Amino acid sequence: MHALVQYIESYLSSDKTPGAAGNFFWATVYVLLVFVGLSIAVIAMNWLERKILAHMQVRLGPMRVGPHGLLQPIADALKLLLKEDIIPDGADKVVFWIAPFIVVLAAFTVFVVVPFGPTHAITDMNIGILFMLGVSSLSVLGIVTAGWASNSHYPLIGALRSSAQMVSYEVAMGLAVVSAILMTSLNESKTGTLSMIGIVQAQFDQHEWFLFKFFPLGIIAFGIFAIAMVAETNRAPFDLPEAESELTAGFHTEYSGFRWSLFFLAEYSAMIAVSSIAVTLWIGGWLRPFPNLLQGSTWDLAFSSVPGITFLLLGAICFYNTARMPKHPLFKIQTLGLAGFGAVLALIGLMMFLPPVRERVGDIFWFSAKVAGFMYLYIWYRGTFPRYRFDQLMKVGWKVLLPTGLALLILTAVVGMRAELLAQVKQVFQR
Amino acid sequence: MNPSLTSNPPVATPFFFYGLAAIMIIGGILVITRKNAVHSALALITTLLAQAALYLMLYAPFVAGVQIILYAGGIMVLFLFVIMLISIERAEKERQFNKQWLVGIAAAAVLGGLFITVYTTTTKGRVLFPEGRTSYVDMQNTQGIANLLFDQHAGTYMFAFEIASLLLLVAIIGAVVMAKKRI
Repeated sequence: MHALVQYIESYLSSDKTPGAAGNFFWATVYVLLVFVGLSIAVIAMNWLERKILAHMQVRLGPMRVGPHGLLQPIADALKLLLKEDIIPDGADKVVFWIAPFIVVLAAFTVFVVVPFGPTHAITDMNIGILFMLGVSSLSVLGIVTAGWASNSHYPLIGALRSSAQMVSYEVAMGLAVVSAILMTSLNESKTGTLSMIGIVQAQFDQHEWFLFKFFPLGIIAFGIFAIAMVAETNRAPFDLPEAESELTAGFHTEYSGFRWSLFFLAEYSAMIAVSSIAVTLWIGGWLRPFPNLLQGSTWDLAFSSVPGITFLLLGAICFYNTARMPKHPLFKIQTLGLAGFGAVLALIGLMMFLPPVRERVGDIFWFSAKVAGFMYLYIWYRGTFPRYRFDQLMKVGWKVLLPTGLALLILTAVVGMRAELLAQVKQVFQR
Repeated sequence: MNPSLTSNPPVATPFFFYGLAAIMIIGGILVITRKNAVHSALALITTLLAQAALYLMLYAPFVAGVQIILYAGGIMVLFLFVIMLISIERAEKERQFNKQWLVGIAAAAVLGGLFITVYTTTTKGRVLFPEGRTSYVDMQNTQGIANLLFDQHAGTYMFAFEIASLLLLVAIIGAVVMAKKRI
């Protein structure tokens, strides 16, 4: 028992990830935390998407279940779990059963290497970014098998569309990622890295987010990735695999109940996963804004109080809306619930001001905030852009993004090696 | 303090090796015995993923990552893409194995003999496969491969690598020429 306590305590002051420290207990804790956090994020995203889309279209969105529809995702989840689970008669039972699990496994396994902070990752791999791209590309298999196993026309067409789309956008995506990885090698040792933590560290060492590196090359690479990642996750305006007006629901038409909710879960966690790749590669990962420029204990204190202030603000919004709730006795429970929710948020906010918590959650907060920005962009796209036609989609992927990505890769290499190239050119002329 | 708890336990334990090898063999058998081509493809994917895990056990994470991206994620998706367009009902009625048991057994015996001879042969008193290696350069796999390919002094595989990619290019051009009547 004593050894166990010591074992648990031995990690607490570590400056390594639990995977690197070889600490089984904390690795398990981190896995559970990431899983729970991700599920909560998906639930929150579900509510936010409906609310924000509704407000963009001058509607109210979910209002009935709980104050401002806050309990709507929970009601939806309950409904899905209680629904009858239908397997079509002509379906290939085994493959139909496996497909959602492939998608969910691929979407969740990726988070093993996502760096929420220098120590706040489950593990750090030498091949981090390669692992993320590889495992997330496995989700295509799930979608394809789901569409085929349903033994129905719409799912099959949806699956064919999605596999063609995901395979073609993976190429452009990979090229953009490689050009960012090239930038990590601009240090004294001239050695780059594929590790997710190493990439963020390289941005810190070079005093620059890779987004602004070699302007405008970094921004263009980011732009290619930002377009390709929407196509990779089958989201609007590239949501052809599940285009409602043409294919009812695409590859998951025949799925219902719990299996359908697995697809839903996988779609949203895949969105979070690709957003965290973008954040890690270009937007500086867990680094707070201006970590080099605004140094010193005053700035550290100022920036580390932002998470607490954010939560206090959320709590204040809850209290404001509590005051605005209808005064009718029927709304009494809802008003109390909203006030309680606000109190919980404010309490979390206050806890984030405690020095040990403040020092630990800063990196997680900044990473999550950046990812949340991308999530908002996803909703915004969906509210703004009309759906692409399939030939337009292929044209954008192969004729615009791919050549741009190739040119960008060569240009990044040339600009990165300009000193060596110039020296060689000089040598030639001196001879 | 208990040292077994704090020190890094080795990944390459026989337990994992036998587990992965069993998955690979079962997957491989399923690939050839399933009548349904999609089931075969899924079994092949399982085999390829287990193989990637074996690379990880050999402390070659880069090779494992490339295996997942290229084979399990890329090539097998294209496989499935094609297989899905085949009429399964007709494929189920086709005869699955041809009657060439003798040739098959002979080929398998020759291959097995080759493996056994390679594994047991000693040249100048050295075995081809030593019992164990002293150190694994876990963190340097990607850089090690880059050195083998591109290093000015130690890079010996550049030419072979480029020739292999040329072969792939020839295959792509050939496919386009054969598929398109008018280019």
